[in-house]
Amino acid sequence: MNHKLNIWRQKNANDKGKFYTYEVSGVSPDQSFLEMIDELNDDLTRKGEDPVHFDHDCREGICGACSMVINGHAHGPKGLITTCQLHMRSFSDGEEITIEPWRAKPFPVIKDLVVDRTPMDRIIQAGGYVSVNTGGTPDANAIPIAKHLADTAMDAAQCIGCGACVATCKNASAMLFTAAKISQLAVLPQGNAERANRAEKMIAVMEEEGFGGCTNTGACEVECPKGISLEHIARAHREYMSAKFSSHNV
Amino acid sequence: MALDSKVPEGPLAEKWTKHKFNSKLVNPANKRKYDIIVVGTGLGGASAAASLAELGYNVKNFCYQDSPRRAHSIAAQGGINAAKNYQNDGDSVYRLFYDTIKGGDYRSREANVYRLAEVSNEIIDQCVAQGVPFAREYGGLLDNRSFGGAQVSRTFYARGQTGQQLLLGAYSALSRQIGKGKVELHDRTEMLDLVMTDGKASGIITRNLITGKIESHSANAVVLATGGYGNVFFLSTNAMGSNTTAAWRAHKKGANFANPSFTQIHPTCIPVSGEHQSKLTLMSESLRNDGRIWVPKKAIPGLTAADAVKLPENERDYYLERRYPSFGNLVPRDVASRNAKMVCDEGRGVGSTGQAVFLDFSDAINRLGKDAIVEKYGNLFDMYQQIQGDNPYEVPMMIYPAVHYTMGGLWVDYNLMTNIPGLYAIGECNFSDHGANRLGASALMQGLADGYFVLPYTIGDYLADAGYEKASTDSAAFKNAEKVVKERIDKLLSINGTKTVDDFHKELGKVMWNNVGMARTEASLKEAKEQIKAIREAFWKDVKVVGTNEEMNLSLEKANRVADFLELAELMVDDAQNRKESCGGHFREESQTEEGEALRIDDAYSYVAAWQYNGEGKEETLNKEELVFENVKLTQRSYK
Repeated sequence: MNHKLNIWRQKNANDKGKFYTYEVSGVSPDQSFLEMIDELNDDLTRKGEDPVHFDHDCREGICGACSMVINGHAHGPKGLITTCQLHMRSFSDGEEITIEPWRAKPFPVIKDLVVDRTPMDRIIQAGGYVSVNTGGTPDANAIPIAKHLADTAMDAAQCIGCGACVATCKNASAMLFTAAKISQLAVLPQGNAERANRAEKMIAVMEEEGFGGCTNTGACEVECPKGISLEHIARAHREYMSAKFSSHNV
Repeated sequence: MALDSKVPEGPLAEKWTKHKFNSKLVNPANKRKYDIIVVGTGLGGASAAASLAELGYNVKNFCYQDSPRRAHSIAAQGGINAAKNYQNDGDSVYRLFYDTIKGGDYRSREANVYRLAEVSNEIIDQCVAQGVPFAREYGGLLDNRSFGGAQVSRTFYARGQTGQQLLLGAYSALSRQIGKGKVELHDRTEMLDLVMTDGKASGIITRNLITGKIESHSANAVVLATGGYGNVFFLSTNAMGSNTTAAWRAHKKGANFANPSFTQIHPTCIPVSGEHQSKLTLMSESLRNDGRIWVPKKAIPGLTAADAVKLPENERDYYLERRYPSFGNLVPRDVASRNAKMVCDEGRGVGSTGQAVFLDFSDAINRLGKDAIVEKYGNLFDMYQQIQGDNPYEVPMMIYPAVHYTMGGLWVDYNLMTNIPGLYAIGECNFSDHGANRLGASALMQGLADGYFVLPYTIGDYLADAGYEKASTDSAAFKNAEKVVKERIDKLLSINGTKTVDDFHKELGKVMWNNVGMARTEASLKEAKEQIKAIREAFWKDVKVVGTNEEMNLSLEKANRVADFLELAELMVDDAQNRKESCGGHFREESQTEEGEALRIDDAYSYVAAWQYNGEGKEETLNKEELVFENVKLTQRSYK
């Protein structure tokens, strides 16, 4: 297969950046999207040109590193997968493909398709944990947890922190990401003791970091490679509201 | 060099308790006077960094990824072992210990393995307390499943994403300490050298992967939690960035590298599809609970999964069930992999390449219903369909072995300290617990055991005597190390040859897979040694690395890593050549039983081979740590 690629190139955070066009040929439909870029990069390197920089690591859809907007969609045209799981058989021969970085104010571009997603780590640092030290914890079976609650927690916990929700949201809100963690720990008894504080602190840091507010558009859910449901945002809102009405911090 | 394993005296079951009591403590108020560097943020690194910070030490934590949550522990699928015996099926600490020693084909240290089994239960408690959503039964208690090499169900899991959930648990504990200012995180930062002062580890040299800045970091102790080196084979289930650089540079500074040739080839991976392939994807071992592995009795070239469905039962060979009736499809990984290779070598492999076997769920779907299979393995089936294009609910999966894990690593004593004082290695980075073959669901167990429950105790014993003084980063040791790092980078950037880093890496990978892979012979190893040398020479003459150091530069990052793989590869060959027996994943064709199983030679090789660096271009010295078995009897492993 042959493709014309329009790729966003930007030398560093201060560079303005623009699209460059590349032609690739002899692409196999069994090749993954990133392997197609690997080959382009090898060609560029041989010519002495700077390869296209992009984040990637596990290449099996779980580390959350890869982050490309492909033809206008975070992680490309197919649902429920990451960029690294996308294969060229999902494109037709000759199709023109446009590749951009995550675009959101809190995610400045570092180079080409690589962006800075550390604000998401700081949201977790604000309260996305249960405050237990190592050791001295009760037996794992001491507190039975209803299967449906454990399953709901797991649904939320599947978030890979890729930031597709932010890149997709017209407000650049990180609500789906933040809510997934609030929701996971809110339904589990282990998270109960800190649930009010957690919701308040995480959402406060989300706003401080420059992410927008949630207006329930639902685009995040559509583009989320792990299918994290809007229900978690609803639960996080409830957590936040009840925290505000019962806050010990006032 | 004499290697002292520092295994405590006394009965096996009391060693760890006694050792903890005999280890020196650091007063809580004094802990804040110590700085500890932890390199890596996977299960070992994140759990260690968090636990050490909770104790009061100042921790500097490094990862090459943009976030600690992306370390490759995240990709572990199937589960984590623990001797809880929640299933009332006869499990115990001793049985987990025994299974692990046997699974490792009697090439690991008894005391370390027993301790691992002992702390396994605490790990599960810890993770549950952190909010890790393990799978549960309807009664609200934890569910278990079985893994290879065990006849009990002791594996805890969170769907097919156990590694992810455990790592996110450790990451949350780490994040809490970062938020408190007890851990200083350096993301997108790669360790490029170890610094020694007065014979002790005193810090590291790093490169900032965004700006290229080379920096010195000083500390009272350095912990390497940098994972394994499976990417020496180019194609593996490791993440693209997984590398040996930190461990290898430590080796070149004097840390012994133990059993480097011990590589785990995982039996259930998605087969290679072509030259463009950049990595291989694992299909969790847990699938062997319900999937049946088979090939046709008579060779059928190019048999597709769609046609396989129509093949009558009596024309199929469920070769693992046939050869190993008591363990069946759940034999250990090394046995399953070697059997897959054997049937493919006989020409009975399937698919377009003939380098694949079937993993068939039709019986399980008929027995349990499709919904039950979706619940257990849904994400794995989706992943398979995505990559392979076949629907595994309707046709069998095709799988083939791939490089997955390295049991070898930096030599450590019972305290997890290398032979360099103040330098520790934990998790996959060390060699200590899995012998010549790791059992499924034991990597997660070891990473977290080391980080949560072993290192935080043992490191205090060293620090209590080491004093608070830290070496200055202005000292000659740091300046010289920085200079060496910069010179190497300059050299890589100045070669301006004709081939890319990946060209060399692929070439190396092919040599390693063909000659130092699932079967090794005197001849294949000899050939490999020559070829590796030639590739390494060509690399330093003809590699093309573009750009500059002072920017984000992926091709420079890769070049730095592949240069180290090219050196490690040769040591792997030396180690495989030295060990003329077969054991676990190390299969020397010259040493096999009549039935084709790995044949150990205990009289000659019941030792850890720890290699000592002697300088550029010189052969390394072999140091032996004899393995002493006081509790288990060495037998020919049998899973029949």
